[in-house]
Amino acid sequence: MAYSDKVLDHYENPRNVGSLDKNDPNVGTGMVGAPACGDVMKLMIKVNDAGIIEDAKFKTYGCGSAIASSSLVTEWLKGRTIEEAYAIKNSEIAEELALPPVKIHCSVLAEDAIKAAVADIKAKQAAKA
Amino acid sequence: MDRDPIYLDYSATTPVDPRVAAKMIPYLTEHYGNPASRSHPYGWTAEKAVEEARNEVAKLVNADPREIVWTSGATESNNLAIKGAANFYAGTKGKHIITVATEHKAVIDPVRELERQGFTATFLEPDSDGLVSLEKFKAAIRPDTVLASVMLVNNEIGVIQDIEGIGKICRENNIIFHVDAAQATGKVHIDLEKLPVDLMSFSAHKTYGPKGIGALFVRRKPRIRIEAQMHGGGHERGMRSGTLATHQIVGMGEAFRIAREEMDVENARIRKLRDRLLHGLESIEEVYVNGDLAHRVPHNLNISFNYVEGESLIMAVKGIAVSSGSACTSASLEPSYVLRALGRSDELAHSSIRFSIGRFTTEADVDYTIALLKEKIGKLRELSPLWEMYQDGVDISKVQWAAH
Repeated sequence: MAYSDKVLDHYENPRNVGSLDKNDPNVGTGMVGAPACGDVMKLMIKVNDAGIIEDAKFKTYGCGSAIASSSLVTEWLKGRTIEEAYAIKNSEIAEELALPPVKIHCSVLAEDAIKAAVADIKAKQAAKA
Repeated sequence: MDRDPIYLDYSATTPVDPRVAAKMIPYLTEHYGNPASRSHPYGWTAEKAVEEARNEVAKLVNADPREIVWTSGATESNNLAIKGAANFYAGTKGKHIITVATEHKAVIDPVRELERQGFTATFLEPDSDGLVSLEKFKAAIRPDTVLASVMLVNNEIGVIQDIEGIGKICRENNIIFHVDAAQATGKVHIDLEKLPVDLMSFSAHKTYGPKGIGALFVRRKPRIRIEAQMHGGGHERGMRSGTLATHQIVGMGEAFRIAREEMDVENARIRKLRDRLLHGLESIEEVYVNGDLAHRVPHNLNISFNYVEGESLIMAVKGIAVSSGSACTSASLEPSYVLRALGRSDELAHSSIRFSIGRFTTEADVDYTIALLKEKIGKLRELSPLWEMYQDGVDISKVQWAAH
């Protein structure tokens, strides 16, 4: 499997690895995938009162492309509003990392993780309101 | 990459021993005669070399040289044995074949082909340690069972099957017994004068000989008949036509001579290295050895690293040349069918590595490998949400995953 330089860079030096406090009302968590399928992504975002993502962390069980996809989106998410985050498309991730066709599902999973994290924070905010 | 990765894939193939290569070369450039040429010394010299090599192959496994048939390798030997014997004896005995789910594809596929031609087959599931129990084997026998094929040493997990026990059962039930011994030569002692085996496949390149040459043992007493699969000039007493590749044959003979003379010393050294590797890797949490450790060649260690995904694991260990239970290069998500047959979960089967140690492996190679695995497994687990859940005490098998 030939990986692009960008995938290798994110795989060798993953950005924003880790977890945030899942009980913090300003933290949204998205966990997608399944071990039997070979990928599990956990994405956590911390959103301030203005709706801007201040911090993002990930952990991924999966191939190099899955690790790179989730590492990349944590970089992209910081500083964006949750609406902007929700609008990120898997095709942008796949293009940035030059993913081959057999690895497109990794970018789909990263998009799903963002949507799941945003949905979680929205649910928390709704419960608060 | 700064340097070539350390080679720990001796079960895939071995380098040709320099002594073997040196012995082969004159048969390419000087003694190039056709061993079937009876009318001049070029042919006589080649024929003499071929028969000396046949003698060496026979000696390693304590057989009669007249029981050794040259082939292109173990895949051809398996095809010739299985199709050749099944077809020859089908009329007398029946059309049922017994083999094992963990056999090499070069046994499974010929059996599948025979199924398409009207045979039926039983693929025995081994126990979780990779071994086939004699009871299970007995229970699979039918009145029309004509042939059984069980490998001596498994290529992925290195376990040694009870060939003597299975062979005795075959004799009692008048079943032709074939054994794929491609992974066994030079690793376990084989005595075909005593072993109740009718047909046995060999390969040169797993035992420091060249690729492209192998042999099939065909027992003379009691005489076993096979239908040729390759027709032509009637070489090898009609069982396998085709001009003999003198240099390849000479290489196999020399490789098997060295194996016979050095295997005891070599295997003791390799066992020490394997145990060193095992102890080093066992210091990592949540690792599982695949296959029985006692009934196993010393060269093989197959280990699964839990909570680490297989393809990222292979990326992480590019400093060593090993085989993976995860067929990531083919972009398929199919894990090793051998590990699945042992009842390993998909995740554990995917995250397995086969380390196979050989003649040129050093202690420094093993120590480097241990240090590399410790570092990389640690790094990948740091990244793994499953590892985090495991450490938090979550039972991952009970989590409801959103399958995708």
